[in-house]
Amino acid sequence: MPIHKRSAIRNSEITEQAVWEDRRRLMKLAGAAGIGLATGQAAALVSGPGKQPTIPGVRETGYGRGLTVNDYADATGYNNFYEFGTDKRDPARHAHTLKTSPWTVRVDGECERPGEIGMEDIFAKIPQEERIYRFRCVEAWAMVVPWVGFPLSALLERFKPTSRAKYVAFETLYDPEQMPGQKRRILDWPYREGLRMDEAMHPLTLLATGIYGERLPNQNGAPLRLVVPWKYGFKSIKSIVSIRFTETIPHTTWWKLAPREYGFYANVNPAVDHPRWSQKKHRLLGEGLFSGKHETLPFNGYADEVAGLYKGMDLRKFF
Amino acid sequence: MNAFARPPWQRWLLKPAVFIVCLLPLLALIDALQSGTLGPNPVEAVLHATGDWALRFLLLTLAMTPLRRLTGQGIWLRLRRMLGLFCFFYASLHFMTWLGLDREFAWDGVLEDIVKRPYITLGFLAFVLLIPLAATSTKGMMRRLGSRWRRLHRAVYLIAVLAVAHFLWLVKADLFEPLLYSGLLVLLLLARGNTAWLASRAGRPVG
Repeated sequence: MPIHKRSAIRNSEITEQAVWEDRRRLMKLAGAAGIGLATGQAAALVSGPGKQPTIPGVRETGYGRGLTVNDYADATGYNNFYEFGTDKRDPARHAHTLKTSPWTVRVDGECERPGEIGMEDIFAKIPQEERIYRFRCVEAWAMVVPWVGFPLSALLERFKPTSRAKYVAFETLYDPEQMPGQKRRILDWPYREGLRMDEAMHPLTLLATGIYGERLPNQNGAPLRLVVPWKYGFKSIKSIVSIRFTETIPHTTWWKLAPREYGFYANVNPAVDHPRWSQKKHRLLGEGLFSGKHETLPFNGYADEVAGLYKGMDLRKFF
Repeated sequence: MNAFARPPWQRWLLKPAVFIVCLLPLLALIDALQSGTLGPNPVEAVLHATGDWALRFLLLTLAMTPLRRLTGQGIWLRLRRMLGLFCFFYASLHFMTWLGLDREFAWDGVLEDIVKRPYITLGFLAFVLLIPLAATSTKGMMRRLGSRWRRLHRAVYLIAVLAVAHFLWLVKADLFEPLLYSGLLVLLLLARGNTAWLASRAGRPVG
């Protein structure tokens, strides 16, 4: 996996290998002794500040090993989540009104077993793992986030999509009382996103339940959000309440609002500019005023894994 | 009113006090930079703050004539030049932040931006047009240019329209702030048009 160039790795971000190996061994022992994993010890490589409940039993994966992770404060204090305001700091200030428990997700459309699944079920039935991914916003900034979650395919398969399922459509909660930004018609609420079926089933496509080993804070899309690391961030829809298998291409919020500027695919592509700004480079959050920008890579550096999905497609047309 | 009839605080305190107040946005920015409260994207924060203040000072400058009319006080006009120059000062910081920190002096990218991206074209044009106004703001230049000075400085209306359009065009979805500034500009221009119309009526020879 391509590795992002960074000049220095902050010591505070890294858990020494000996420490986490040790931690893992302890957890195995704890498991064997029937102590369980609810003791607050996370297996995640990157730990958070303890602001949210720790997610127990997080399996470590090799994804993103070697990337320098952003500070928790950056990842949780600089967000686009217009349901809570359009300033980057608004979600952290205002998202406390969102009630994430109880929370159920409805899965229906072209599938054999439509139904609902609650967050408790998700945690009980689907193993959680850590994946460190690059996250690239369409606004030409980026960060590196240690997500906790599971492949979207693990959830979708439970509902047995039929052969008519060509796309997957997602919806965010619509409740202006909990999401005061929805009182203004800035976007066509609720926020909608979508993926082609093969994109949805791709092993890199993640449903995230946490960051830094802890539950997602509200401003990052609690309790369940999509993460598609090779696409611009607006594809990674937050606070999902509905997932629907469809035969036709779903309406997606930004694509419908400004089809010249935001495509359905929205794959990270330095060769295709946004009409109002270049996508060749991006700024990595958390760097200083005078540190330079970074070159943006095709598919955000995940071309080896996902370029094959778009073989033969004109990516200038299907941007 | 005779200049020497002004109260002493107006003569000695007004301009220095306003000068210091006009510097506060810059001081706040430097303070935030040093204390690390600018957030994880400081270049964007500086770019937005300097742009906001350039636009605010531009509108403040345009508000001086209507304020004089409204209050009958000449004091406002004595501040107009300083406010205009502060608009140019913050616009310069905004432009340099864009050129140096955002575009990293990559000239091909800068040219491409100015030519291809309309909101940058408009912003750049507004900044370029501010330069001759700032350069001819001295009393000497006013005297030398005579009636041409007045005509030259009418460019400020065009600059204001360009600056507001620059803001409107760069926003992604939430137009509230740029529309607020647009509304203020329209109000100021209306107030001014009204003044000009009244003045032209007043100046018309009677009978």
